[in-house]
Amino acid sequence: MIYKKKCMAMLLAGGQGSRLYALTSKIAKPAVSFGGKYRIIDFPLSNCVNSGIDTVGVLTQYQPLLLNEYIGNGQPWDLDRNFGGVHILSPYQAKEGSEWFKGTANAIYQNLYFIKRYNPEHVLILSGDHIYKMDYSKMLQRHIETNADCTIAALKVPMSEASRFGILNVNENGEIYEFEEKPKKPKSDLASMGIYIFKAEKLYKYLEEDEKLEGSRNDFGGDVLPRMLSLGEKMMSYEFSGYWKDVGTISSLYDANMDLLGDTPNFQVDEKSWIIRSRNPIAPPHYVSDKARVVNSAIVSGCEIAGTVENSVLSHHVEIEEGAIVKNSILFAGVKICKNAVVENAIIAEYAVVEEGATVGAITDDKKITVLGGGYTVKKGSKIEAGEIVEGTL
Amino acid sequence: MNALGLVFSNIHDNNVPELTQERTMGSIPFLGRYRLIDFALSNLVNSGVAKVGLITKSNYQSLMDHVGSGKDWDLARRRGGLHILPPFGLKDNVLYSTRLEALRGAKNFLARSDEEYVVMTDCDNVCVMNFDKILTEHKAKNADITLVYVKKDANDVKDVLSKMIVSTADNGRVTDISFAPRVQGEINLYTNVCILKRTLLQTLIADAFSHGYNHFGKDVLVRNVNSLRIFAHEHKGYFVALNSLQSYYKESLKFLDKSVRDEIFKKVDVYTKVKDSAPTRYGASAVVKNSLIADGCVIEGTVENSIIFRGVKIGRGTVVKNSILMQGTITGENVSLNSIVADKNVVIKDRRVLSACESLPFYISKNIIV
Repeated sequence: MIYKKKCMAMLLAGGQGSRLYALTSKIAKPAVSFGGKYRIIDFPLSNCVNSGIDTVGVLTQYQPLLLNEYIGNGQPWDLDRNFGGVHILSPYQAKEGSEWFKGTANAIYQNLYFIKRYNPEHVLILSGDHIYKMDYSKMLQRHIETNADCTIAALKVPMSEASRFGILNVNENGEIYEFEEKPKKPKSDLASMGIYIFKAEKLYKYLEEDEKLEGSRNDFGGDVLPRMLSLGEKMMSYEFSGYWKDVGTISSLYDANMDLLGDTPNFQVDEKSWIIRSRNPIAPPHYVSDKARVVNSAIVSGCEIAGTVENSVLSHHVEIEEGAIVKNSILFAGVKICKNAVVENAIIAEYAVVEEGATVGAITDDKKITVLGGGYTVKKGSKIEAGEIVEGTL
Repeated sequence: MNALGLVFSNIHDNNVPELTQERTMGSIPFLGRYRLIDFALSNLVNSGVAKVGLITKSNYQSLMDHVGSGKDWDLARRRGGLHILPPFGLKDNVLYSTRLEALRGAKNFLARSDEEYVVMTDCDNVCVMNFDKILTEHKAKNADITLVYVKKDANDVKDVLSKMIVSTADNGRVTDISFAPRVQGEINLYTNVCILKRTLLQTLIADAFSHGYNHFGKDVLVRNVNSLRIFAHEHKGYFVALNSLQSYYKESLKFLDKSVRDEIFKKVDVYTKVKDSAPTRYGASAVVKNSLIADGCVIEGTVENSIIFRGVKIGRGTVVKNSILMQGTITGENVSLNSIVADKNVVIKDRRVLSACESLPFYISKNIIV
């Protein structure tokens, strides 16, 4: 029996996420907690499964332990398969020597042998740090219909922000005629989402050539895609119009969490037709006591709440004691806020403790976000100033 | 632990006829996200039992759906794991009606197993029990059978006539097992949890049938009180056996008390089927007091002293008090509910007012639109 996959995905999850500071000191960015119940990587993984893609290579490099453990055999996403499924791909030592992944393209290049085992017709390249729900099968269909060599998912962004993105200039059919990487004066508002589908043969060819090029940074956006365009390959854009957020910074991660709140949230994760799967905690339902006040928040099982929670996202096993106040904050799993402590505009990572009467952050006009790393303890009665970023111990 | 588990999923169905109309005792939803069988299965797994036979009789679709391959209890295994044992009978047989007949249906499963001991348990109870410790005690006493009992007040036990009561000597040896004795005050109530050697169980089953017996309690235990070394182990922690809709309601609401919750959930992990529900979202107008709320809910109204299962929606202006709303219950706006037990997927339309009292909650069956 000769196997063949129509499309498989390669998920770039090696990013250090240095702009998430204390949140990524010990874990890779895709493993950062999101929305109470998820980790960032749940979104691309769930999108794959919901789109009918059952073979995913996850490229890890930076602090991969927790990410590897979290993905495990892929069972929560139905990615434990006999042929295919999810595979963790770490840098390895080969006969010619060992290398860390240099750029995004080099990371895929080093794992071409893995892709070729599945003999796919098309390869989907994803990144592990975006929050969105997207049906890749529709993009694949367009890619096949237009007979493109490469299709790039793109999103309309406000013109004022366009200079932060890789911009695609396209003709009326959606065919790309020019790339501009973070242009000062953008000609269009169509930004690349870092999601590509390649014809497998083209991917092999250009990655192998790119590897031999002097001076290439081995990056998709900077090197491989512009070169393909300049050599006349058919490059199509695929416009996506739903919610999409790059959560590479503290403020964007914060905003994306807040987008889950409200009576009609900007981003809905409870859609029956597009379930976001994750490794679920083992915990009883959350308990809200008669002293508590919980409004406009998202709460997960295992929490015990006796204080006030407003406009906040609580992950599992969070404990809020009587008299404590949590506002506009994101608390990761196992965080404990003791009596009469106040937490405002903060992101508090796993198992941090805010002791009795302590204060973390404040609501300021410039919306400063305070960050506590995992396992950190704010001592009784002490104060962490607004905007401070404190390294954790976990 | 060199033992296999045998779980009886249907035995007490008649106790809670409302909730078992379309399901087994084992698949009665409990406490927001569990089914009763989760407690028995978790106790077995947490005690180190790696092979479980699940004895079913009727209405067991919901149970099969819940346990699936056993993955969520770490019971999807090549060696051991979860075995569902549907009724086993010949063409002219009717379904079993007693525990002993059910056991006879499991005789091939017992014969094919190589575990030394068997732990038998029912699905009507909620407790944390460590069978490994009981087995150690069983071996130390050189017992043939160890029965687990709890001390209860006779007045609190519904239908005490059908229950087995054990009397023990100082060393724990059972001196008498009786049905419906004339007792008042504290009794040693048998929990239907017992441990014995697999080969002994096989022999007892075969002997009982060769004598035309069919009742495990009366014919196997009572008749052998003197000829076998039967010991009793007292379970001292929280234990409740649900025996009516009222007790289901009352015992569920007890979990609003932290000390009761900690008795079960702080000691061990209780596993259940994973649903991938989203976090529960509280709206700007939500007011929640003294309640347990599972994942996947949307709460825009008021909830007090209640247990809310996964995926429940509480509309604006709606007030829910002293109630249990099972998975997928949808309430419209300005609804008022008091002392209601709503089974799965009940829809309660705008402005409906339903009120019962705490001693006699009102039950709304599955999929009903009010």
